[in-house]
Amino acid sequence: MARRAQGAEAEAKGGLLLIAPPAIYALLLLLAPLLLLVVYSFLTDGYLEIVRDFTFANYHEAWTNPLYRGVMLRSLIVSLLVTVATVLLAFPVAYFVSFHVEPSRKSTWLFLITIPFWTSYLIRVFLWKVILGYNGVLNAGLMKFGLISEPLTFLLYNTNSVVITLAHAYAPFAILPIFVALEKIDRSLLEASQDLGESRIVTFGRVTLPLAMPGVVAAVLIVFIPTIGDYVTPQLVGGPEGRMVANLIQLQYLRLDNYPLGSALAISAMGIVAVISAIFLLFTRRYLKGTK
Amino acid sequence: MKGGVFRIYTIGYLLFLYAPVVLLPIFAFNDGTVIAFPLQGFTTRWFTQMWSEPGLWPALKNSLIIAVSTAILSTVLGVLAARASTRYRFPGKAPVMGLIMLPLVLPEIIVAVSLLVVLLGIGIPLSIFTVILGHVLMTTPFAIAILTSAFQGLDRSLEEAAYDLGETPVSAFRLVILPLVMPGIISSMLISFTLSLDEFIIAFFLGGTQVTLPVYIFSQFRFPASVPVIMALGTILVALSVLLLTVAEYYRRRGIAKSGGKDTGGFL
Repeated sequence: MARRAQGAEAEAKGGLLLIAPPAIYALLLLLAPLLLLVVYSFLTDGYLEIVRDFTFANYHEAWTNPLYRGVMLRSLIVSLLVTVATVLLAFPVAYFVSFHVEPSRKSTWLFLITIPFWTSYLIRVFLWKVILGYNGVLNAGLMKFGLISEPLTFLLYNTNSVVITLAHAYAPFAILPIFVALEKIDRSLLEASQDLGESRIVTFGRVTLPLAMPGVVAAVLIVFIPTIGDYVTPQLVGGPEGRMVANLIQLQYLRLDNYPLGSALAISAMGIVAVISAIFLLFTRRYLKGTK
Repeated sequence: MKGGVFRIYTIGYLLFLYAPVVLLPIFAFNDGTVIAFPLQGFTTRWFTQMWSEPGLWPALKNSLIIAVSTAILSTVLGVLAARASTRYRFPGKAPVMGLIMLPLVLPEIIVAVSLLVVLLGIGIPLSIFTVILGHVLMTTPFAIAILTSAFQGLDRSLEEAAYDLGETPVSAFRLVILPLVMPGIISSMLISFTLSLDEFIIAFFLGGTQVTLPVYIFSQFRFPASVPVIMALGTILVALSVLLLTVAEYYRRRGIAKSGGKDTGGFL
């Protein structure tokens, strides 16, 4: 017993020694800065410097000023729309690759799906502007085929264009976790269900979908959380009515030099996201537990 | 045809995914200053004009310095974390790993502003160096994800055999484990390099007056006249990253085959 305990201690020591550099890096450059951001959000912005007076004024401003409140609400709606659209559109793709592609060719399909994600994000967003614009590719194509007589104007510089562009940008983040969950499903369960006389659709609803839920939950979170903080897409294709919270944060930090208010906006956005994610996890808890 | 409706849907979805990437070279070779259809004819002048853009070369140099440093640093940190998490059990493993992997889901703007506050607080001037600090934070989780799958497939008995033959933990790591995970290390470096080269927000906030390639590209979007040159630059960048990724994918697959694991596909 004593020897085993000693072995475990040595193992813990070895592990801690290895993890120390990345852990210290993350503590110093991630956790400490995040905590400082929280502190800043309670300080007062003075002229040229930050006054060390504790205040709730920044949060009061962030939550009651109709401009900030509107942008925050819009960011939330856009993130939710993007999440729903991305996950719904991605599911059949993950399903196809997992269930209908030869095992030896699966990684090639996944590679094809991930390639566009690795190409310059800025340039991809800009090209969506080219596709969706008044004289854009989509309008030109639709006019050429006589489907519309004049260019559609609801495509660019609004919430629609932000949702389309973000749904494109986050596609692999939704496909990959769902694919991994689908891969783990024991295929004999599906056969059992069909042997017991269930149709394919009922089998999907009662066996495949519940078992794929951990992947769906992961996909929802991994799309929802970062989208609310996206800066480039709303800046380039959002137009004045498509601005999101990251644009506000940038404005406070780099233009207006109001760090406390910028921090309060950032912390508020993160808080909203955290609360919604927690509620979502609570509702999907039974799926995550039931799939052992 | 296997998969029927799903195959057609997936191909349609791939068209949606590739639409911007396909348009890029079309406009890069288009002989018109306006980025729109109809096309005006073939030209390579945007590519030649790229050579005389004054801001582009310093930005490229900065980006390369940052991306190479980030690739090396985050892979070193990634090797340590992946080795620790796959081989050892130690107290506080879950929260520590959670913290290190957090930037994977944290919006980049949060990472950027929180680091900005700290750096300005301690009085470190913004430069290439501060961008590297931020990029390493962001790319380390990706490095860990790739390296974990490389370390996971390792056979413990190989390492034990090395000890029995008189190797120390350090020499066993260097002589036995490192060669086996080398493909994972190369793949991790290439992915971190690609991510850093493309990163905009952190570079925008933490670069100060030092401009990286994405920051340069973003600034050029304001001038319609310089957009065709950016399309040409983008085409080269896309071709380059597809090349790098194919090499990374090759090493990733070879690494999995080498350590005897099964390919589950994908980088993430």
